[in-house]
Parts: sequence; structure tokens; C-alpha cells
Amino acid sequence: MAGVQVSDVSRSFGAHKALDDVSIDFADGGFYALLGPSGSGKTTLLRQIAGFDFPDSGRITIGGESVERVPVEKRRIGMVFQNYALFPNMSVADNVAFGLSVRGEARAIIATEVQRALDLVQLGKLGGRRPHQLSGGQRQRVALARAIVTKPRVLLLDEPLGALDKALRVDMQIELKRIQREIGITTIFVTHDQEEALTMSDRIGILRDGRLVQEGPPEEIYNRPKSEFAATFLGDANLFRGDTTGDGIRLPDGTAIAAGAGAKLAAGAKASCAVRPERIRIATDAGAPDGTANMLKGQVSKRIFAGNNSTYFVERGGQTLKVIVQNTGVDRLAEGQEVVLRWSPESTVLIAAG
Amino acid sequence: MAIFLPLSAMVFFSFMTELPLSGKPWAFTLGNYAAFFSQSLYLTLLLASLRLGLEVTLWCVVIGYPAAYVLAKVLKGRSREAIFLLVILPFWSNGLVRIFSWAMVLREGGILDTALNAVLPFKINIDLMYSYPAVIIGLVHSYVPYMVLTCYLTLQAIDDSLIEAGRSLGASRLQVLKRVIIPLSMPGLVAGAALIFVPVVGSFMEPRILGGRTGTFYGTVIEDQFVAVFNWPLGAALSFILLAVVLVILAVASPVLRRAA
Repeated sequence: MAGVQVSDVSRSFGAHKALDDVSIDFADGGFYALLGPSGSGKTTLLRQIAGFDFPDSGRITIGGESVERVPVEKRRIGMVFQNYALFPNMSVADNVAFGLSVRGEARAIIATEVQRALDLVQLGKLGGRRPHQLSGGQRQRVALARAIVTKPRVLLLDEPLGALDKALRVDMQIELKRIQREIGITTIFVTHDQEEALTMSDRIGILRDGRLVQEGPPEEIYNRPKSEFAATFLGDANLFRGDTTGDGIRLPDGTAIAAGAGAKLAAGAKASCAVRPERIRIATDAGAPDGTANMLKGQVSKRIFAGNNSTYFVERGGQTLKVIVQNTGVDRLAEGQEVVLRWSPESTVLIAAG
Repeated sequence: MAIFLPLSAMVFFSFMTELPLSGKPWAFTLGNYAAFFSQSLYLTLLLASLRLGLEVTLWCVVIGYPAAYVLAKVLKGRSREAIFLLVILPFWSNGLVRIFSWAMVLREGGILDTALNAVLPFKINIDLMYSYPAVIIGLVHSYVPYMVLTCYLTLQAIDDSLIEAGRSLGASRLQVLKRVIIPLSMPGLVAGAALIFVPVVGSFMEPRILGGRTGTFYGTVIEDQFVAVFNWPLGAALSFILLAVVLVILAVASPVLRRAA
């Protein structure tokens, strides 16, 4: 086991900067998600850490050892590929045994280790099958067993759940997390699925256009996004744009919005406020005046029922705001109804423009 | 029917004493087949031809497989197209032209001899013409595109992530080649080998033109029966014996090859 440090890593393909001066510290034993849209550089970064590709500049260390020019086969990493990449000419057991066998381990040791790895992923009885006889979820488990049986220093996962259907994906998320905890391996996980990143990882790094936009624990990024991109890419957010007043913004129509979280900015600059849809309370009347809460009036334009909650789309000053309300069985608001929206300044994050 | 009609006519001929076209009286006989077993020459030539087929096939693997690998896994875009064209070009050229152009290259005072002597500081005499190596060179050149094409197709179907997975598990490039790529490209190698081995065993053009006196093989003897001696029944019988031998070899080899694939 070992931590991974990526320092000032850049990588260009022709004129395209796939990675632009990225630095991240992956703690030993942590579960780290690299999140970003396609083309953000997250897979390129994973390939630099794996050693399939070398950075143009910058340093990568695994367990303190500099590896940026070390080829992949010498890095002692384990990798799970998006399409699993199981060897179709080998049985499940031989697939898992591959890493030990090329290392020249004794047959008896290989057999024990392979069985242990297959038991760990709950496929102990399927060693004799061929990959094409397995379901998607089972192939996924074999790929995982194959990657960890060699006791790598770091486990790299390239969108490993992308090819699975929703229900299976949730199962595998839990399963993957369990196995990761059990062996305590440093894990770096590339995904474009924000929910996956939120539920599974200790820390998230959000990438965009080859740059690291923000990194930190999931709750911190969710509650304190530092950019409009981070706010909208990880979760949903209502954005208000205006001029800062120091601890909030003033919208073009003069309405003030107080922000209790986020950056402290000099008054007068352009800035935005982000509010999560579930933080907004929606009501038909203004109720008792509340000096501290943010308040806006609007009109419900649409309601989307999603079982345990509903999303209301509220028109206000040419902007559509989203409000998510738990369905408690009481007040259901009709489309076209005038409503009052309130939320606390603590739920409002001030973000510098740009 | 249309496919088997000419061949069935040949089967018929192979059991005749005389060609019915010549107007001479004829009868059914097994003599043409017996001739093969009565003269050790035919068996010797058949073995020589089988060895030729094996050698040419091996050389085609040695040259064709790496070429196919480079085409499928190393080259991209325009350069791949250009090299591909170069591989296919001899395939499209007339067989006779191809063989005579080799004759120009291989003979004493020919292109290879002149070129090597121009480059090398010492005098060497290259005269490969009318020799076994000349036959091998000519045949390999004619048949290597089959190997390149069949191997290219199977190699291209191997997902690059399999190679990366192998290396991520600590395997060197050579180990990945041995344990993953070659087993997965076995169907292409087998198909290529079958496409090459069978016609090479019966080949006569390259042995005759490039081999000269040394170029007497089973195929040239069959050709003689049809073109020079006009003993079609014997020629037909000899070629069916060859067909039978080749089929037996493929049948014996196929379970082994299937397991490897």
C-alpha cells in the first residue's frame, strides 16, 4: 500500500492540453474519485499514474518512489478497465492467476491466492468458467480480483461500473467499497457519474479541460463549491449572478441575496450565489417575516413527481429556479401558483465570477 | 454442380488408361494410382513438396506475423494504408511477372549481386538462381500476403486494453505477446497457414522457373503429365493423391490447432 502524489503534471497531445499542471495528493488507503465530463483529462491522469503514458512534465510518486518514467509493468499497480479487459482465451481462474504467473510464483501459491481473491469477490465457485459465460457484474468482479490478487500498491479503476445497469451498479458500488475497506488499498476511481463519486469516495477531484477545478471531501465540495462549474457538475444548483456586496450579491433588479458560505469577496466585483434545490423552502404565503432568510417570489411553472420527492420549477425574473421538496403527503402546489421561496444564508455559497 | 463438375471429370479421368479425347480405345484402371506406389520417385517428390510447403509456411509466419502486428497495432492512419498497399501489391501483380522479376534479382550479375557488391567492401558472388533458396524466396514472396491479411484481421480484433491489462499485471511485452496476443491470433495463423501450405505443396511455376534443375517437385511432375507428356489420367491420379494427403494432414492437425486457438 502506498499513497500517490501527482505534482505539476502536464501532458499535451499535439496542440491539445489534456492535462495542465495538475497536482493531487492521494492519501494512503484512501478512496479517491476523479470526476469530470468526457475530455476533462481524468482518464489521461489515470493513465499517467498507471504508466501507460508518460507526462511531458511534472512528477508522479507511488509510495514516495518517483515513477514518472517507469513503465507500467514495473509500477506494481492494479487496474480495472471500463470493458473489464478479461483475457477471452483463459478461464476465470487463469485470468486471476495471470499476474502471479508472469511473476513466476509457485503453482501452489498461485492456486491459494487465486481462490482467496475469487472468494473475496464472491465468485469462488466460478474459477473454471470462461469470461464469455459470465454476466457483466461477474466479469466486473473477476477484473477486480485479477487486479488485487498481485497485492498492488494502488488500485486504479477506469469507469468500472459504466457498463452495468443501474441496480447492479448500486450493488457493485457497495461491494467495491467493502472490498476496498477490507484490503485497505489506495484506490483512484475515474468516473463521470457524480452520484457514484459522492457515495463511494473519501475525496473527490473535479477536473475540467485538463485542470483540477476543486478537490476535497464530497461534503465539502457539495456544500462549498468554489466555482459555478463545481456547483453544477457535482449536484444541482440554482445560480444567481450579480455584484458582490461583500457577504452576498445584489441582483440586477436590486434584490439582495445574503450568502453565509464561500469566498469573502471585495464589494463591487461580479459574483454568483449558488443554492442547492433541496435547501429552498417553498410556500404559498410569505408567513411571518424573517429578517435573516433570503426570500424571492415566483410562479410554479412545472412539477416533476419522482416518488419520494418532487421538483418544482419556479419562474422568477426570467430565471427558472429548481426546488426539491420531500413528498410528505400534504401541500401539493399547482402549476401556475404564486409561491414564496426562502432559504438561509448558510445554504448560500458565494462564488467569485469567472 | 458447377463447382464440382470439372473436378469430377478429373476423378473420372484418373481411373482411365487413356484420355478419351484422343480417340484411342480406353478402359477403367487403378494403374494410375498404383503408379504412385510402384515408383519411389513420386513419394520422394511428394515428401520434398510437403517439406517445401512447411518451410514456405514457416517463413511466411516469421515474416508475415510481425508485419501484420506492426500494421494492426503500431501504425496508424496514412502510414498504415501506405504499407498495406505495399503488402497487397505483389498479390495483385501477375504471378509470372513476379517470378521473372525475382529471376532478374537473384541471378549472377543480377540486381542483388550487383547491389551487394556495390555496397560491400569485399567481393561476394550471389547466384541464388536455380536453387532451392530461390524457390523458397519466390514462393514466400507470392504467399506472404495471405499470412499478413489473415493475421492482420485477427490481431486488429484484439482489444488494446487486453495488452494494457496484461502489462498492468506486471507482464513484459514479450510475456503479453506469448500469453495473450499469439493465442488470440491463432485462428489467423491457422487460416493463413492452410491458405499457404496447400497451394505451395502443389506449386509448379516458382519451382520450375526459379529452381531450374533443382526445381523438380510433386507439382512440376503433375504439370508435366498435363502439359508435356499428355498423360492426363496419371496427372489427375497424382493430384488426387496430393489432395488426399493434404486433407489427411489438415484433419490430423485440426484438433491440435483448434486447441491452440
